[in-house]
Amino acid sequence: MAEAGYPDELLYHAEHDWARVDDGVATFGITWFAQDALGEVVFFDPPEVGSSVTAGEFYAEVESVKAVSDVIAPLSGEIVEVNTALADTPEAINDDPYGDGWMVKVKLSDPDETTALLDRDTYVAGL
Amino acid sequence: MTEGRNPQSPQQRERATTIFEKGAPGRRAFRAPDLDVPAVDGLIPAASRRAASPRLPEASEPEIVRHYVNLSKRNFDLDSGFYPLGSCTMKHNPRLHERVAALPGHARLHPLQDPRRAQGALELMFELQGALAEVAGLPHVSLQPSAGSHGELAGLLLTRAYHADRGEQRTKVLTPDSAHGTNPATVTMAGYEVVKVALDAAGGVDLDDLRAKTDENVACLMLTNPSTLGIFDPNIEQMASIVHETGATLYYDGANLNAIMGYSRPGDMGFDIVHFNLHKTFTQPHGGGGPGAGPIAVSDRIEPFLPRPQVVRRAPSNGGPPVYDLDEDRGGRESKSIGKLRGFQGNYGVFVRTYAYIRSLGAEGLKDVSEVAVLNANYVLARLREKVGDQLPLAFGERCMHEFVLSGAPMKKQLGIRTLDLAKRLLDHGVHPPTVYFPLVVEEALLVEPTETETRETLDQFVDAVAAIVAEAAQDPEIARNAPYTTPVRRLDEAGAAKRPRVRQAL
Repeated sequence: MAEAGYPDELLYHAEHDWARVDDGVATFGITWFAQDALGEVVFFDPPEVGSSVTAGEFYAEVESVKAVSDVIAPLSGEIVEVNTALADTPEAINDDPYGDGWMVKVKLSDPDETTALLDRDTYVAGL
Repeated sequence: MTEGRNPQSPQQRERATTIFEKGAPGRRAFRAPDLDVPAVDGLIPAASRRAASPRLPEASEPEIVRHYVNLSKRNFDLDSGFYPLGSCTMKHNPRLHERVAALPGHARLHPLQDPRRAQGALELMFELQGALAEVAGLPHVSLQPSAGSHGELAGLLLTRAYHADRGEQRTKVLTPDSAHGTNPATVTMAGYEVVKVALDAAGGVDLDDLRAKTDENVACLMLTNPSTLGIFDPNIEQMASIVHETGATLYYDGANLNAIMGYSRPGDMGFDIVHFNLHKTFTQPHGGGGPGAGPIAVSDRIEPFLPRPQVVRRAPSNGGPPVYDLDEDRGGRESKSIGKLRGFQGNYGVFVRTYAYIRSLGAEGLKDVSEVAVLNANYVLARLREKVGDQLPLAFGERCMHEFVLSGAPMKKQLGIRTLDLAKRLLDHGVHPPTVYFPLVVEEALLVEPTETETRETLDQFVDAVAAIVAEAAQDPEIARNAPYTTPVRRLDEAGAAKRPRVRQAL
């Protein structure tokens, strides 16, 4: 499992999700806190490419040895890519939550929504 | 504790094997006598016949006996130790019930026996229906569902039939976060959409949220009361009226019935459908996969839709003794039955044990069961709060019903061990761990249900074991992190078991 940490350059959602925004396309994943609370992840059920996601609503399921949990979208948009490698190596979500454990890439429908997300320090203060 | 100081036990050294790895070709436990009638060929079409014999195990009788006895010794069961698995009601199963269930009139009865020659069995089932109706406070009972989850499915199929009969197609079922874990799965399986209802600060259902989410599309509210948090929701009558005003049904998950028998009845609380877990509340051995039984009791408005046949009693017109029968057509009245839920009438042996239990204890005895179940849980809770209240606080409220939920979050923060580590370490103390990580609303949850059949000494030993593990972790958290040490297998690779299961044996 990765060392506890919360990169400065990411935006955070209080439901323990992160977003990395790059030119109108955001990468989503779950935070170190989320993967630690879930325990060992054994399955990731991704959404379909082309489907739309809404900020604050779930877009995927992640199954750990404890439970199946919904993953919440920090921003709205259309799924343009899913991390297919997680089908074989869902443990990447534990091992590298901000790197290989990324879940989807989303073409944002409303880039202004990012103002509602939290910076690192605000998110960490709420843990 | 290190491995060097704890040499492996014989069970740990020897890998558990399957029966397929035992024996030798041609070895037999039993040989059938030679055929003394003419052999008949061609009864089975050639295409359906095997070309070669299946590779079944070939072993001697002593090998087989030792194999299964040794496997059973690798298990932890209620007959070996305390088993406070929350929401499962692992109470002692009285041996008297086994004796009664084994009587040839019960054990050897064929399910296709003509009802006229199975009067005793039908009478027992009829009387059981009546007793369960009394406990539930609802007049009509079907014994058919075979498990709690099956009872839930029956309840939602009944709900659908009830609404359809009124010309309505409702789409949603409400269920709170503190519901029994199978409820959302049942809702999805029955083709409804799950709508979660929030909890209030006391762990009860948030009435404002319930009001906001209850509309004409809600078919049913599924509730467990007391909930999986071990809390009796005092607002139940208000909740019932909110839901009933829109015409929806109320479903009571009977998983926690052990807390309230004789004190409150789901029917009086306003529920329309209740399932019983006979294997939990009414002492059927369980935990090994069954068989269980999940009969349902329903209100008058649901009755026309019940599964058929029903066990009925008929008084003959000539004034003779009553006759018991299987009623397929609701006594000739209009039946809108959802149909059969299984072959035959359910797991009859479970009915016999349940009937023996109810008859042994009587109404007052069942009341005592619930009283002591709640007392035992509160005793364990009070002692744990005294000893480890800082590390494992109660998640909601001050007291509990028959079970309670602790949060291991402070323990994780202060001592660096998780609820899972505590659970694994309890195995070294000869205790089956409580339910862990459920309900999901509590971080690092530990759900403890001691039941009424445990002695004070056993309850004290459990509390002492938990306190000892917490004290030990304060010195050296690695001990709990690597537990268990004394079980036939050590810490299991749960992620590997989920991701790469090997469950097939080629024949």
